[in-house]
Amino acid sequence: MYRVNLVKIITLLLLTVTISVNAQHEASKSAQVEKSHSEEGGDFKAEIHKDIRHHVKDAYEFVFFSNSKTGTHYGFSLPVILIDNGLHVFMASKFNQGESLVHIGGAYYKLYHSKIYKTDASGEIHYNEKHFVSNEKPLDLSITKGVVSIFIVGVLLFLIFTSLAKSYVKNGAIPKGIGRFFEPIVLYVRDEIAIPNIGEEHYKKYMSYLLTIFFFIWFSNLLGLTPFGINITGNIAVTFVLALFTFVITQFSGNKNYWKHIFWMPGVPTPMKIILAPIELLGVFIKPFALMIRLYANMSAGHIVIYSLLGLMFIFHSIIGSSFSFILAFLISILELLVAILQAYIFTILSALYFGFAVEEHAEEH
Amino acid sequence: MEQLLNDFSFGLFFWQSLLFILLLILLGKFAWKPILKAVDDREQGIKDALAEAENARKEMQNLTADNERILKEARAERDILLKEAKVMKENIISDAKEQAKEQANKVIEQAKATIESEKQAAITELKNQVAELSVGIAEKVVRAELSDKDKQLKLVEDMLKEVTIS
Repeated sequence: MYRVNLVKIITLLLLTVTISVNAQHEASKSAQVEKSHSEEGGDFKAEIHKDIRHHVKDAYEFVFFSNSKTGTHYGFSLPVILIDNGLHVFMASKFNQGESLVHIGGAYYKLYHSKIYKTDASGEIHYNEKHFVSNEKPLDLSITKGVVSIFIVGVLLFLIFTSLAKSYVKNGAIPKGIGRFFEPIVLYVRDEIAIPNIGEEHYKKYMSYLLTIFFFIWFSNLLGLTPFGINITGNIAVTFVLALFTFVITQFSGNKNYWKHIFWMPGVPTPMKIILAPIELLGVFIKPFALMIRLYANMSAGHIVIYSLLGLMFIFHSIIGSSFSFILAFLISILELLVAILQAYIFTILSALYFGFAVEEHAEEH
Repeated sequence: MEQLLNDFSFGLFFWQSLLFILLLILLGKFAWKPILKAVDDREQGIKDALAEAENARKEMQNLTADNERILKEARAERDILLKEAKVMKENIISDAKEQAKEQANKVIEQAKATIESEKQAAITELKNQVAELSVGIAEKVVRAELSDKDKQLKLVEDMLKEVTIS
């Protein structure tokens, strides 16, 4: 009971904080809107494009919305943690949205296109021949928007599923409340994903991992559909970690048979075996790589499509066009709800499949 | 590809790895294990209960079958007993009849023998009495006859005649 109250209080607090922040800027904002309407022109599209690109990337602050005319952003900035000749911790608001350099520990840092670079005192950014920034990057362990989001997902997962676990103890093997909804999904992961792909005897040790990635990806995807502009699984670093775990677990649980099928495929002529070995070995790396790219690309694409459609609403500037665009965005959002669980399902079932390959026992030659 | 590499953020990678390992450990210990265990226990419980019910049903069936068998046996036994009793009754009756017959025969035989002997005795007595009576009559007759000479003669004569005839 105590915990429930605590959660309620925290939620309420968070809400009031954001509302009060918004209220402060409300007055200045409405004044600016009038002015901005007249100046709207061709660079509006570019701005939307920039917004979309900005949104799918990670950021050093939580911006709920911003007014580009006044340059005010409504949200809160997050701590930056840099390891570069010692540990430097400061708030991202010091960057002033990339306008100012941060001088700390004898070095200058500049926020440029959602990344922190080390620069000289004038804050110059150098490019290499491929138009990538060639400035040195400090080791950046900042609590970015993405990091906050994954921690929110982690806490959510922990609260929901420990409460489900506890409800079994309290109610005698019958789940209660939110657990009624999640228990069938847990069972689905076990009965339809783990057991058919890994097999009755080995599946148990992979259950923790499969359930964790399934719910982590699903919750992250769902959180990405909220209007807070969070994009967790559309981050290559996040999907890389998930794929890396699947890769490592697969290789470590590989039995003799698994390796034999990679390096010396049984049942084919010797020259074929020699040809197959490098292909199979490549496959070992391609499989998790595909997992990583699939999730990243799907979620990024979904976000870009929805954002673009929302942007179209403002570009059309007519009732018909804008409402059409809105309906489209609405429908795509519903589709994204499906994609959210579908991608979680695909990631989990493919991981299970790879684990299944790794532990499979071949009684017969083929 | 290069864009992707450029976008790759080590910080996020670091925090995600840390969080994910933490989540795996914490959820594994405090959520998945107890949940899966509870579910497994429940499923095992259901399975056991079903098996038990099935067993009970089978036992019940066996019991009914047993009961029927016992009833049948009891009936058969009763029938046998009844049959035996009937046979015994018949035997007893027939035995009794025979004995009675024998007894009766014996009695009759004895009676017959007694009658015979009585008859013999009666006959003997009758013979004796007749003899005595005859002798007495004969004495009296002889005395009367012998009182007169003619008559004596005549008797002798008659007797003689009789003797010759016989």
